Amino acid sequence: MGLEEKVPTGILLASVEKLVNWSRTSSLWPATFGLACCAIEMMTTGAARYDMGRFGMEVFRASPRQADLMIVAGRVSQKMAPVLRQIYDQMPEPKWVLSMGVCASSGGMFNNYAIVQGVDHIVPVDIYLPGCPPRPEMLLDAILRLHEKIKDEPLGAKRASQKKLELQKLEVQKLAVQKVEEHSGATQDLPAPRLRPGVMPSSFRFNKARRKSWEQAAERGEAEQLRVREHMEHLLSLNAQQRDTDQKEERP
Amino acid sequence: MNAPPTPDIAAGSEVAPASKAQHAERVSTGMFGVSGTGDTSGFGGLVRRFVPVKSSPRPFGGYFDELVDALTTALAEVGAVADAIMRVVVDRCELTLHIRPDVLLTVAGQLRDSPALRFELCSSVSGVDYFDPDAPQEIAPQRLHAVYHLMSMTYRRRLRLEVAVDAQHPRVPSVTSVYPTADWQEREAYDMFGIVFDGHPALTRILMPDDWDGHPQRKDYPLGGVPVEYKGAQIPPPDNRRAYR
Amino acid sequence: MTQPPNPDAYATARETTQGRIYTLTGGDWDSLLAETDPLSAERLVVNMGPQHPSTHGVLRLVLELQGETVTQARSVIGYLHTGIEKNAEYRTWTQGVTFVTRMDYLSPVFNETGYCLAVEKLLGISAPERAQTIRVLLMELNRISSHLVWLATAGMELGALSMMIYGFRERELILDIFELITGLRMNMAYVRPGGVVADLPPQAHAKISEFLRVMPGHIKSYEDLLSGNPVWRARTQGIGFLDLTGCMALGITGPVLRSAGLGWDLRKTEPYCGYENYTFDVPTQTTGDVWGRYLVRLAEMRESLTIVEQALDNLRPGPVMVTDKKIAWPAQLALGADGLGNSLEHIRTIMGQSMESLIHHFKLVTEGFRVPEGQVYVPIESPRGELGMHLVSSGGTRPYRLHVREPSFVNLQAFPAMVEGAPIADVIAAGASLDPVMGGVDR
Repeated sequence: MGLEEKVPTGILLASVEKLVNWSRTSSLWPATFGLACCAIEMMTTGAARYDMGRFGMEVFRASPRQADLMIVAGRVSQKMAPVLRQIYDQMPEPKWVLSMGVCASSGGMFNNYAIVQGVDHIVPVDIYLPGCPPRPEMLLDAILRLHEKIKDEPLGAKRASQKKLELQKLEVQKLAVQKVEEHSGATQDLPAPRLRPGVMPSSFRFNKARRKSWEQAAERGEAEQLRVREHMEHLLSLNAQQRDTDQKEERP
Repeated sequence: MNAPPTPDIAAGSEVAPASKAQHAERVSTGMFGVSGTGDTSGFGGLVRRFVPVKSSPRPFGGYFDELVDALTTALAEVGAVADAIMRVVVDRCELTLHIRPDVLLTVAGQLRDSPALRFELCSSVSGVDYFDPDAPQEIAPQRLHAVYHLMSMTYRRRLRLEVAVDAQHPRVPSVTSVYPTADWQEREAYDMFGIVFDGHPALTRILMPDDWDGHPQRKDYPLGGVPVEYKGAQIPPPDNRRAYR
Repeated sequence: MTQPPNPDAYATARETTQGRIYTLTGGDWDSLLAETDPLSAERLVVNMGPQHPSTHGVLRLVLELQGETVTQARSVIGYLHTGIEKNAEYRTWTQGVTFVTRMDYLSPVFNETGYCLAVEKLLGISAPERAQTIRVLLMELNRISSHLVWLATAGMELGALSMMIYGFRERELILDIFELITGLRMNMAYVRPGGVVADLPPQAHAKISEFLRVMPGHIKSYEDLLSGNPVWRARTQGIGFLDLTGCMALGITGPVLRSAGLGWDLRKTEPYCGYENYTFDVPTQTTGDVWGRYLVRLAEMRESLTIVEQALDNLRPGPVMVTDKKIAWPAQLALGADGLGNSLEHIRTIMGQSMESLIHHFKLVTEGFRVPEGQVYVPIESPRGELGMHLVSSGGTRPYRLHVREPSFVNLQAFPAMVEGAPIADVIAAGASLDPVMGGVDR
């Protein structure tokens, strides 16, 4: 009886990822994290005229354990910062943070001793919402944009590999920085370069084609740029190789 | 009244006349470390004149004469020192009494209890830091002022008390025994200015975290640029992120 | 078969032909209470806040409980300390308005007006009559909206959830008026030293009249909803008691003081902005409890409506800013297609015709005006009590010191006096009746 009888029989196909993201999107549970002026606008958004209940999130959770969206509404003081971080840590994964208002996003007009200059120093932020305070419509818009973001989030192995990739990217960046430092000879104890500036480096001198490219660049006065470009390409290829070997190691 | 600090308030009659005269004419330019042109903040063009606070001559006008007389009589009755009221200043229809720190509690008690005064409500307690980096040594110490705003609901009168103390020995008697409402306000003045209120039941920080260093609203404390770290997340000093000038 | 010596009273079992059958029952509270007496024996320290839905912002309460009775209450504040007082020292006198308006974010117009009155007193000027009337108009509208938020949140915390919806619904009507007049819903920085930033738009009169027409009915509906409600009465009457002696000692002002029987209202006792020309009552109660504060605030909303009505009638055409061009904000604001901004005529004049005007504009906007040295203390009656502005000038273009005597800050000291000895459920009611706004408490 009821709706089930009207539903056409058959199979509805969707990927688990889409289904999960859809359900997460449709029932975000915000934690009550009202701090200042923005909190009043946040309450207004939940109240009659703007009615956040239309998007399945009218119930603000007082306990962080039952919430997955933290709307940091207002200025975060140095005294409040550890509390905020603790509440964030208490929220179960997956969780999202919406930084509401300029004070939470960057410190805003309160560039002083008392206010944390942007809540992103303490917790990772998914959406920044400007305004002082933002209108309720803006908060709704930010939440809808966050919905879009959640809908595209990967799941399972894909999510794991994405996380790993992000980590690798970090590592690669570190490696690149290290290598640039090594190559640049910035270290104090290395001997000073023997070649005068502008002299063709040996990496170009050994090959006729490369020698020609250097000479042409030198005519245009771009020799140094060419060398840097080549160097960067070399680094990138190194990184790519590194990634390939990592993936090969994973596969078996 | 009542320009920033003066040798007269600060050190009473001990100040040598020469330094007094020197101070009276002094002019300071710029503010917050900026001076001259070339910045857009406008601080560089600031000119601060240090005009010595002058006692207002009688008659003060309005109810002020009556009030000061009543207070003097009441203080004489309880045997307070003769120069408890160091200075009477009337400015912009407001009466300010500069009080010696050691007699503050007696004065406050008389102001509340004497039938001719009846200042029942202590509106506000706060501090002002008349800090002047270029000031002569002998007046620099008297930079911290505790300011009390009292209200007589019976007579509908207002009065301001001002007490000046050193930054090295910033001790003022607490008026919480007379006005319990001063409790948090004195804690705030301690937190923000480092004025120590002797006899306060629990003088701890109130607005800043308990382990905070310094007293933020003193004039020599920077506006921003305080690095703080939580759980490994480092908040760089804001002056590394934005220009102040 | 013999019974085991200690059979479990709550999980009996018997053998049947179908197998063993268990009968599980709930525990017996009487026997449970006989063993220990939690109402008197347990001492518990409860930390409430700073992130708690019922503490009106980031207030932290440390409650010591004996059973359900609060034996000691301490409030910890400072979680929203913003450094506004110090920040204002680094900005011009006009920019100070944008800082103070963000302190007590439920009553921005009061903060702005108090600050501007203090600056005007230092300058020795007073705003034109029309500006004063507009200030009164906006302040009283703001008082209604602030009390509405109080009613909404206090109702929600005591279980009257529909009150929250109603309170915020009617607050929107006032915010619409604010938006029409100032361009912003909150933190509008509309009142400036020397007057107000722009005149009322032509539609304002009709919009406010419409509001005045519908609002009395709404206030009546709150009264119908709550005043006769036995739950509301039980949770407010005799709760959070503070008598007049306690109020005086603790420096309490505003509706809390008036609920204890003293009709002390700065609008009557030390009139400012021309309040002496308005006819209104100062509502008082003698109960000194949450119920009395509720009645006082309801009555104050009605009185504010009459003041708004009178202010609307009193509006005479005239300037809204002092004529002294050395103080008046040089911009001539006008409402364009993209919102409130400099009028194009004004820009044309200063850019195209008068070099001196441009210099003057630049100088006044970037550097600001100078204020003669001295100090003043200006108190006004905010929705929460005496809002005092202590301003010190050293003769420069920035305040030397701004101290705000915030009624929320001072009133919050009364919290332990109200709740110690009361059950923990009344902590919420008593705390809410003080109406602390943490932005004001911590500044």
